[in-house]
Amino acid sequence: MSGQERWRRWLVLALLWGVAILFLIPLLWMLSSSLKPTYQIFETPPRWIPNPPRWENYSEALTTLPFALYIRNTAVITLLTIVGHLLSCTLIAYAFARLRAPGRDALFVVMLATMMLPYPVTMTPLYVIFNRLGWINTILPLTAPAFFGSAFYIFLMRQFFMTIPRDFEDAARIDGANTLQIIGRIMAPMAMPALATVTIFTFQATWNDFLAPLIYLQRPELYTVTLGLQFFRSTYTTNWAYLMAASLVTTLPVIVVFFAAQRYFIEGITLTGVKG
Amino acid sequence: MHTAASTPRPRRRWLPVRRETLTFYLLISPWLIGLLSFTLIPIVASLGFSFTRWDMLSPPEPIGLRNYARMLDDRLFWQSLSVTVHYTLMYVPSELIGGLLLALLMNQVSTRGIRIFRTIYYMPSVLSGVAFVVVWMWLFHPEAGLINATLAMVGIRGPRWLVDPNTALTALWIMSLWGLGRTAVIYLAGLRGIPRELYEAAAIDGAGTWQSFLRVTLPMLTPTIFFNLVLSVIATFQTFTSAFVATNGGPLDSTLFFVLYLYRKAFQEFQMGYASALAWVLFVIILALTLVIVRSGRWWVYYEGEDR
Repeated sequence: MSGQERWRRWLVLALLWGVAILFLIPLLWMLSSSLKPTYQIFETPPRWIPNPPRWENYSEALTTLPFALYIRNTAVITLLTIVGHLLSCTLIAYAFARLRAPGRDALFVVMLATMMLPYPVTMTPLYVIFNRLGWINTILPLTAPAFFGSAFYIFLMRQFFMTIPRDFEDAARIDGANTLQIIGRIMAPMAMPALATVTIFTFQATWNDFLAPLIYLQRPELYTVTLGLQFFRSTYTTNWAYLMAASLVTTLPVIVVFFAAQRYFIEGITLTGVKG
Repeated sequence: MHTAASTPRPRRRWLPVRRETLTFYLLISPWLIGLLSFTLIPIVASLGFSFTRWDMLSPPEPIGLRNYARMLDDRLFWQSLSVTVHYTLMYVPSELIGGLLLALLMNQVSTRGIRIFRTIYYMPSVLSGVAFVVVWMWLFHPEAGLINATLAMVGIRGPRWLVDPNTALTALWIMSLWGLGRTAVIYLAGLRGIPRELYEAAAIDGAGTWQSFLRVTLPMLTPTIFFNLVLSVIATFQTFTSAFVATNGGPLDSTLFFVLYLYRKAFQEFQMGYASALAWVLFVIILALTLVIVRSGRWWVYYEGEDR
């Protein structure tokens, strides 16, 4: 029995490592290709360790197109979106979690329903609206909506607020705090894990977003990293070393944040699950 | 905003209802405005647009139901619908079953092991976006790509993947499976939420591994499966980036996804009326699919009688 148990454990581990290696190969191949001189890129059989590694690929790839600018553009959009979500979703979620008002429950159901609404359904009319406002080729269509809340994050924060005991608020209210002070000084600090989850999910989704920037940002100086990478790919289609170097650098922020805040990623998706 | 504040009078724990209502609506007012201007008005407007011919330069010209009638004869409309349905039927089951298998395997090892594997499996899914696709385009390169170069080492001549209309959709499917980790992590959380006593009780009743999987694990996991199914169908129906970047719908329209076709009509050909009609068709299809899944859930999703 014990022998059978041991055999089973080894089999499980072998399968897990097998899949893990399959999952890691594309990343390692990306890293390896990014450091290859051109003549090694198309070498068969494939060479895993570039010899000698060509670090210039990075500086050359990143200056062929102004990737520093794209990173800055993306950072600005991402930062504004995060700020917008944190401000609006905290206030809205608090209201849904704590305040009683006629119509609240019906509105909450409406909010849940909007989470299911696919973006492509509204993208055409939204373009028409933003066009009329003169917002095409500005970052406003990508950032302004964040300040009006986002159903998924409101839901996530509301669920978190519901778990906080009311005593703290009651005490503060007795001390004369108003609702905004209660949210800012008591609820928000206690909801740090939820705020962190909202921050990193927003970061990841905005940094990787492609469809919305593609629609609204047509001028190259406004490009985000995903648009820049796509432009790079369609222009320098055969220079795979450069492409891998640029891909790696533009996704590096997401990888770093993933490792730094993995806990919140895992907690966030296990709490409700979210599209990547 | 300070008008919404409560009266700073000591020992008053309650607020007059009228004031609380006012505070509620003040706090959610951004969301209400957003709901109206970024969701409700656009949806209604797009229904209106769908009955017109409109290039955004001249005023919209009402044409009744002709946009919808046009779809019936539009080969590319049917092609994009067929590609999307075909792909959804390929991807959703493999994601649900593959994710479950990975989660079941992870659940067998120690907590430290789980942490390592969870990190490895989950990482690719946070990279989603253009970089994710570009890496796979390189892996799928017909001659020098890692996949075919490795196959060549053992004497197999690999398919031409993304440039062959017969294999392009399969290539996109393999690419998407790299993002399977997210689903596996959700399953893993579901698995770890199943009370141990249920397995102990099953063991006392003489159930083997397979039987306790069928009688305990699977029923207890149905809410998670249901949740993943709904999310996966909705997300797969909206596939865009991978097809746009990797194949741009080709070769021979073999990867022309519905949203890609919609994007072309709206933002490359500026046929706003027809694009709006397509958007409404997408909306109705996704709504119908979601309703069917939710309805079917009554028959196969098991909910515990108590709150968890």
